[in-house]
Amino acid sequence: MTFQVSLAGLLTSLALVGVAAAISLWQRLGLERQVLWAAARALVQLLLVGAALTLIIEPGRSLLWSWLWVLAMIAYAGDVARRRAPEVPRVMPLAIAAFAAAGAITLGVLFGLHVLPLQGRTLVPVAGMLVGNAMTATVLAARRLVEELRDKRDEVEARLALGQPARRAATPYVRAALRSALSPQIETTKATGLVFLPGAMTGLILAGASPMQAVLVQAVVMFLVLASVATTSVVITLGLVRRVFTPDHRLRPLPQPARAR
Amino acid sequence: MVDQDGFTFEEVVVERGSVRALDGFSAHIPATGITVLFGPSGSGKTTVLRLCNRLEVPTAGRVCLSGADLAGLDPLRLRRRVGMVFQRPTPFPGTVRDNLTAAAPDAPAEELERALRRAALDGSWLDRDAGELSGGEAQRVCLARTLVTGPDTLLLDEPTSSLDASAARQIEDTVRELTRDGISALWVSHDPRQVRRIADAVVGIERGRRVEPDLGEAT
Repeated sequence: MTFQVSLAGLLTSLALVGVAAAISLWQRLGLERQVLWAAARALVQLLLVGAALTLIIEPGRSLLWSWLWVLAMIAYAGDVARRRAPEVPRVMPLAIAAFAAAGAITLGVLFGLHVLPLQGRTLVPVAGMLVGNAMTATVLAARRLVEELRDKRDEVEARLALGQPARRAATPYVRAALRSALSPQIETTKATGLVFLPGAMTGLILAGASPMQAVLVQAVVMFLVLASVATTSVVITLGLVRRVFTPDHRLRPLPQPARAR
Repeated sequence: MVDQDGFTFEEVVVERGSVRALDGFSAHIPATGITVLFGPSGSGKTTVLRLCNRLEVPTAGRVCLSGADLAGLDPLRLRRRVGMVFQRPTPFPGTVRDNLTAAAPDAPAEELERALRRAALDGSWLDRDAGELSGGEAQRVCLARTLVTGPDTLLLDEPTSSLDASAARQIEDTVRELTRDGISALWVSHDPRQVRRIADAVVGIERGRRVEPDLGEAT
């Protein structure tokens, strides 16, 4: 690393939070307390994570600790998915299964085929990217599918009434849900490097890595995210289809949307 | 034997949460002609219809078709024997052909055209966009879509309630024509004048129970 952010530097950067708070005050948005609280909370969370990561990925530490960290992230993300998609029946176990499937495939390729060395310092951040994006995709795909099946119930039941099995009757709505989960990721992937410099790359360059190396790592991360979003979405939607239809091909009643928090 | 044919409801109860949609409904629906299920809205008519092709199952009691409990039949095969036309036309996105092949993916074009003719349309409709049909046309396409599966019974859930009078009459005539081909129909209606026009038999329902139908004075 070519330079380090000192404590003084960190405190100085807090002035930027002050800018956001000042704008809120000036425009009477009433958001200044939230801005300060969010910034303070983020700082504390990051410091805690930094301390934990230092412990977990320090050289010589067993890789088991890193795997435990990954498992904890998956469980936490499952809980977040449950809270963000309250109208989706029992989404948490499905979400966890989807994250595990995405993890097995993407981590299998990256580490099994030696794209990256399997170490705590690679496993933990890569799994973090994977789980974070998979979680967003899960919420998008699951909510969209339940919304489609609920709002187009007449159409779905008309398909069932023609003797279509549940899986086939659900296919158009599964496709719509998968598209809505994948499209934003495809757009982001297309725009990478042109419109914005993604986080991993920015961080690496700031930390002193050569731009070319940073770009290669970013590309790997991007592909990881793409595969994990696709895998999670497909597992979650197909799993949900089994859940919202009965074994004798009836569509169960679906709850009306509660306001997601 | 004849009594066995058609649907038989035996003390059927359907509960949804704390609401009883059907409360001990018993009736026999003959396997010929048009039987109208007549009652006010909210009386449980649609529930009766949905039980016939197992889009819904009874909380208690039995529904039998030709003596066999529906609970023991393969629902997918049952639904192809017992076609359903819904209250609001529900064309699927795509062309009329896409709609018909949703019912029978491998059906040859002649079969699709025959289904259209039986619904009083013709082969030229196959390539039309199902999203651009009028209510009456869309309902006919939905009827043709159901006929592609070769049902011997049709369930019609107030199929004309969202149509104008002339489109409604056309659907009535079409279904009457189909019954001459040996298809029986269970038709849900709350309109006494329509019942008098089309019914070979009438089953009354109110508050989830069988009642004597009160069709009022002929007008």
